[in-house]
Amino acid sequence: MTTAAVAAPITAQAFKADYKPIWCPGCGDYSVLASVNKAFAILELRPENIAVVSGIGCSSRIPAYTTCYGFHGVHGRALAAGTGLKVARPDLTVLVAGGDGDGYSIGGNHFLHACRRNVDLTYVVMDNHVYGMTKGQPSPTTEPDWDSKLSPGGTGLRTFHPLVIALAAGANFIARAFSGDPNGTAQILVEAIRTPGFSFVEILSPCVTFRPEQRDWKSQVRPAPVAPTDDPARAARRIMTDDGFNIGVLYKGARKPYQPPVGMGAKRPADLEAEFTI
Amino acid sequence: MSRATATKTRARKAGGRRAASARDRKKPAAMKPNPTVQADFLARAWAMEVEAAERYAMFADAMDEHNNREVAELFRKLARIEQLHADQLLEENLSRHPPVLPAGGVRWDGGEGPETGAPGELHYRMQPYHALQIALACEKRANKFFADVAGSTSDAKVRKLAREMAEEEAEHVRLIEDWLKRTPPPDKDWEHDSDPPVVSD
Repeated sequence: MTTAAVAAPITAQAFKADYKPIWCPGCGDYSVLASVNKAFAILELRPENIAVVSGIGCSSRIPAYTTCYGFHGVHGRALAAGTGLKVARPDLTVLVAGGDGDGYSIGGNHFLHACRRNVDLTYVVMDNHVYGMTKGQPSPTTEPDWDSKLSPGGTGLRTFHPLVIALAAGANFIARAFSGDPNGTAQILVEAIRTPGFSFVEILSPCVTFRPEQRDWKSQVRPAPVAPTDDPARAARRIMTDDGFNIGVLYKGARKPYQPPVGMGAKRPADLEAEFTI
Repeated sequence: MSRATATKTRARKAGGRRAASARDRKKPAAMKPNPTVQADFLARAWAMEVEAAERYAMFADAMDEHNNREVAELFRKLARIEQLHADQLLEENLSRHPPVLPAGGVRWDGGEGPETGAPGELHYRMQPYHALQIALACEKRANKFFADVAGSTSDAKVRKLAREMAEEEAEHVRLIEDWLKRTPPPDKDWEHDSDPPVVSD
């Protein structure tokens, strides 16, 4: 009889940190966190083999609420940090997370180029169409006529369409999920992480504090009426013409992920230090 | 065989088929136990209770962080109750073995389990009365879920179990209603905060 230790199956609970989230009660991000943890468990990953990287904003607090390695970085620069980490440590599962303000405004340029580079990581954007942490300014995905004290009469600006941008820029996997469907979101995240290359998952995550009307999203979302496609032209038509409430995997390509040239992998800290010595 | 006899035989056979097909229409597989259907039903019932417990625990954490201790404690109590229901179901119907669920969990119509509280109903200044209203809505949805299963399934064992579970959920509805009667309703200005976190309104 063998006495070799068998690792116990890991559960979503194992990814839950002792820190309690300080999001507003009712925020969709709680459910996103639960879905992320569930996805890690389904994939039978271990916390020490995952890095969760974020920028700044309500949703960017997420690394602290998991037991994985985390990096709560600079506003809009989560993808830059995540890309560097994945290239240096390809053995890690890297999940980059943040909000629509962080990812599409100040981080918009990094978003484009992360899609283009197609490094094997997963980018989760918890989109609530508003900057919540800084008290309700319009974000790139805010509707042009959204009236608030900080944007009287609305911005009048056309909304940014992240899924189309991601497709055009070269993301290899594009999906939309909804925080009110946590099990479905977990399944989408599993597929996103499993798919090689840059996977982009937009999660509609209501802000009940500044956008209480988003509670109605629950009655507006629906499963995408068609199966995922690997044809970018078909995906473009599909994404351009939907109303933003179709949930599911919308595009899944087969583009080869970026791999650093041989010899450009992880270096010892001492070697790196030597390279930068003047 | 004479022509008349042959005609009668065909008619009897045809009649027999018609009778059989009428029986099939009424109760096709009704009397045949279907282990897959039963296992799926029990897995859903168990998952529903577990997800409800997890959600109440999440609500409790949120309330704790916003210093609403009274409501946090109530949600924690509700989480314990739902976990107890899940454990009972496991003990009584599943030989203490958690069922194997689909990857990611059960896919529910509407996204979440019938007994799972809606996060959008939370407010940092909510009172126990509000929390119990959430619980009442959850128990009513659970009751309807099991009643609908009992009314639509063709599996006799599932029907029996679903009826029992619907009755249990109806009892929970009554308990929560009694609890609500003993709970003071919120003041008119329960939402008022002289130093609100929201400054853009």
